[in-house]
Amino acid sequence: MALPTLLGVMVVVFVLIRVVPGDPISMMISGEASPDDIAKLREAYGLDRSIPVQFLYFLKTVSTGHLGTSISLHQDVLELIMGRLPATLELAILALFFATVLGVSFALTSVYWRGRWPEVAVDAANALALALPEFLWALLLILLLSVSIPLFPISGRTDPSNAAVFHTQFYLFESLFTARFSDFAEILRHMFLPAISLALPLTAVIGRVLKSSLLDAINQDYVLLARAKGFSPLYVLLRHALPNALIPTITITGTQFTLLVGGTVLIELIFAYPGIGNMLFGAAINRDLPLMQGITIVFAVVFILINICIDMSYALINPRVRLD
Amino acid sequence: MNLTRYVDTAFANPKLLIGGLGLAIIAAIALAAPLLPLQDPLDQSLFAQNLPPFWLPGHDASYLLGTDSLGRDLLSRLVWGARPVLIVMVLGAALSGVVGVIVGLVSGYLGGGSDAVLSRIIEVFMAFPPMLLAIVLVAVVGPGLYAVVISIALIGWTRFARVVRAEVLVLREQDFITAAHLLGYRWFRILFQELLPNIIPMVLALLALEMGRAIVVEAILAFIGFSTSDMATWGGILADGRNYIYQAWWIMTLPIFAITLSVLTLSLLADGLRLALDPVIRR
Repeated sequence: MALPTLLGVMVVVFVLIRVVPGDPISMMISGEASPDDIAKLREAYGLDRSIPVQFLYFLKTVSTGHLGTSISLHQDVLELIMGRLPATLELAILALFFATVLGVSFALTSVYWRGRWPEVAVDAANALALALPEFLWALLLILLLSVSIPLFPISGRTDPSNAAVFHTQFYLFESLFTARFSDFAEILRHMFLPAISLALPLTAVIGRVLKSSLLDAINQDYVLLARAKGFSPLYVLLRHALPNALIPTITITGTQFTLLVGGTVLIELIFAYPGIGNMLFGAAINRDLPLMQGITIVFAVVFILINICIDMSYALINPRVRLD
Repeated sequence: MNLTRYVDTAFANPKLLIGGLGLAIIAAIALAAPLLPLQDPLDQSLFAQNLPPFWLPGHDASYLLGTDSLGRDLLSRLVWGARPVLIVMVLGAALSGVVGVIVGLVSGYLGGGSDAVLSRIIEVFMAFPPMLLAIVLVAVVGPGLYAVVISIALIGWTRFARVVRAEVLVLREQDFITAAHLLGYRWFRILFQELLPNIIPMVLALLALEMGRAIVVEAILAFIGFSTSDMATWGGILADGRNYIYQAWWIMTLPIFAITLSVLTLSLLADGLRLALDPVIRR
């Protein structure tokens, strides 16, 4: 299933970057180049050959892990991307964590206090979180929590003055696991606004889906039985209804997680967060074709990997899928 | 006359009413911009940079909503910024809709090999983060309003195609399609005369949603400087405001307000259309 999609991805990237504009070489160089130089460059990039041959050549180099050399940064594209990818992954995982915690508490709040004001408030917040895209949330949060109330920084991953040394690119996880809590707090403060903006649309989806399956669950006989046994409503909600109501939520969270990862492109840009989304923007401004191509392929591969993980997790969650 | 009935139906569906009115207001502002007594949105003034709007101290009466960092009138930029919004949302949504509906109809109706291939193509396009595709496309083609429209269609058509395909898969098993087959209608006629009218209500609701998305995509691309540079855009005001956020926070609030309101309006319209056009929900 994944291989044909990957092949299709390669075709789209190839067409988008090489065929659409006509001549990639003219975009790489300034107007001063001699026709001879242009011919040499065309040969170096294999552009003097037919399109199908070019495509096969492209597939061969990409499948061996060679994504070329960045035109603007003069470094290996794969190395550049691998240096930045951890920052993006950390951001996406933190956002997923926020979305899950907030979404589940939203759903529990509105079901536990159903018919009273907390339900109305949570539902209204949910509708708003769902209606606005992360782009607007990011800008609104900057205005609210950074400009009017200066709580959070709005750019970067650490303070420029911070001289802490990290051995991996996973700053957040590394500082947490090596118990450097002041670094951890600082990185978290930088990541808070971008992660929350990314998380809000997913929070709303989780809140809505979990609420409706919780409402189904609390009308089931086993919940009535648990209540009859004398367990408190909160205990029954958390220990009996919640585990059974979680499956649809996990499914939808998986599919929506790819959207969240896609959202990092924009969020990194707004918050000047040094991940691959931000690097894509730099590549686009400089018309750095190899770098754009590399980032596009890496994002697509990450998407496909996430989808494979989701498919496999169905089997873990739902025993009925495992049988066939 | 049936006027009272129309009024009754309109008030029975406030989402449709408010959403429709909102869309009409956006369109009216965009179309009327040249007629309004406003300053030129591109006119710069070095003596009037980052002026606050009328409710803040230090404002200038000739700039009602203040000015940006180049001394351009924000009210005028906001009003004129509705024009690229109108162009992009109409063309972008229409293009996504046309491509997506045709692919969805053909894929759902023909089934078999063509469906497998088309579904796989849809899957491939969904394997990219949408904004990444848009940014790469505009970077390659070169910035401008029409590049923005094409990138909106590039990331929007799959939404139409998937929903339409799913709907057609259900419809084609129904009796009226069997009847059309028995009458000897050609596939072309079945697709466009029998199936298409049945999915129009759903497509209209999707179009409203897509228009909202188009506004956001345009704003994002303008924010990063990839939209048109000959016109005032809401995203362009945002980008300017982002640079002067600590000196002049109000610059950003205006386009945020405009974009948020437009997006909410269109999502209301989509909800309203769904309610109004779905006979099952209407009952």
